Amino acid sequence: MDIFAYEFMRNAFAASTIVAVVAGAIGYFLVLRGETFAGHALSHVGFAGATGAVLLGLSPFVGLTAFTLLAGLGISVVGQRANRDVAIGIVLTLSLGLGLLFLHFYTAYAGMATSLLFGNVLGIGQQTVWLLLGMAAVTLAGLALISRPLLFASLQPELAEARGVPLRRLSALFMLIVALATAQAIQIVGVLLVFALMVAPAAAALRLTRRFLSGFLLAIGLAVGIAWLSLLLAYVTDWPTSFWITGLGGLAYALSHLRRL
Amino acid sequence: MSAIAFDGVSITLGDRAVLADVSLAIAPGEFVGVLGPNGAGKTTMMRAILGLTPVSGGRIEVLGAPPRRGNPAIGYVPQFRRTPLPPGITGEELLLSAHRGERWGFPLASASDRTAVAEALARVGAADLARRSVAQLSGGERQRLFIAQAVVGRPQLLLLDEPLISLDPARQRAIVELVRGLSRELGVAVLFSAHEVNPLLGAIDKVLYLGGGRAAIGTVDQVVNDKVLTALYRTPVRVIRADGHVFVHSEAGALDGHDPHDHHEHAH
Repeated sequence: MDIFAYEFMRNAFAASTIVAVVAGAIGYFLVLRGETFAGHALSHVGFAGATGAVLLGLSPFVGLTAFTLLAGLGISVVGQRANRDVAIGIVLTLSLGLGLLFLHFYTAYAGMATSLLFGNVLGIGQQTVWLLLGMAAVTLAGLALISRPLLFASLQPELAEARGVPLRRLSALFMLIVALATAQAIQIVGVLLVFALMVAPAAAALRLTRRFLSGFLLAIGLAVGIAWLSLLLAYVTDWPTSFWITGLGGLAYALSHLRRL
Repeated sequence: MSAIAFDGVSITLGDRAVLADVSLAIAPGEFVGVLGPNGAGKTTMMRAILGLTPVSGGRIEVLGAPPRRGNPAIGYVPQFRRTPLPPGITGEELLLSAHRGERWGFPLASASDRTAVAEALARVGAADLARRSVAQLSGGERQRLFIAQAVVGRPQLLLLDEPLISLDPARQRAIVELVRGLSRELGVAVLFSAHEVNPLLGAIDKVLYLGGGRAAIGTVDQVVNDKVLTALYRTPVRVIRADGHVFVHSEAGALDGHDPHDHHEHAH
């Protein structure tokens, strides 16, 4: 039994490796900054974008990316206000509702809702792999550029402000990067489960390390490991890959609690 | 050249005049305690020196130049921390992330960064905090770490905003002694804001009292007396000295912002 004999399996491995690297790297900062809910919301907005695009005869991927980017901008405009979580939550549910409406008008795609919501990594074509690779390069380059002041501002915002770090602009840039990463992650795990790939490995890594670099690299390593193992388990069991990703993500996070802080 | 010079400075926040026509000078190497009730402008004054809050009138000079954000000659310990420190970061790592943290790029610490941080930690006697998780540190240890962070890169001016808050008297004293030593060894001027003057007695060179938009600066004897504080607060103030302590009392309430029935959170 050779798992790599099938092209769809090779594509699935390539795509999930790319996306897991991005999700782990971005997730580290998302968890560090306590903005995981924002990341969760971005993916839901992507659902409305994807279904809307299909209704207009466009690629769902285009609509999804455009909407998550717009939502990223929107969240950074709302900023650090006290009622931010409420605002995000309302936009999140509104987006799912809109997505449902768009699907209602576009009845041809029965399976689209499921694959958008829960991901369909085994359905990824070669072209999408290349697209993901390009987006990942942009996302990681952007993160590399801002990660130094981002780390500083995440840990000690008041001091960073005094040292001349432009907090608002930095936060907006980061949200755009998160939006790009989310659009990629939706390809693998779907709108509802982005949290599993982006947040669970990073949260475990932050509990297991005490240094930035080791935590950052472990978050990436865990995300990639979880993605690979999930594909393997899905191949063996014929259960959905996304289920395994959520299961292993949860397991990694639970196990990280065995270490006393 | 003064470390800090205020020339007729006014600062307005919203429609409230926090400082009105304040002039004062602080010499290099001077250790100044900044006192006054909550809202008197202690934090605002520091933010103006840092270039974060603009003046509405007058002129501020910091080490001979106008205030500017990101001035590397100033070490700063802010009072408020919106975000709790995450569990997975050591003391050394926290300081490394802040050292030149305003630059773009990926946060890889160079050997010289590590040396600068280790030097600062050793200077405040916090070398043993370097490898411990910041989440595990006590209030006093954390404050020591933040002061180490403020002296990385050898600043000429330290702004410490309420570093004694939520510390017990013994640890308050230790922090004051530490800052006194730093001010002497490094010849660095210090603005040290506090809720009350007693923990600072004997250590500071001058006190700066703020209130009603006005300021009074001088030695403890020159400023902490009935006449000067009554004039500053425009309400009868009585200063009582007993047992090497000073009690500032007014009909309008405790002006030091210190209430003897105030519960203090004690660090362990």
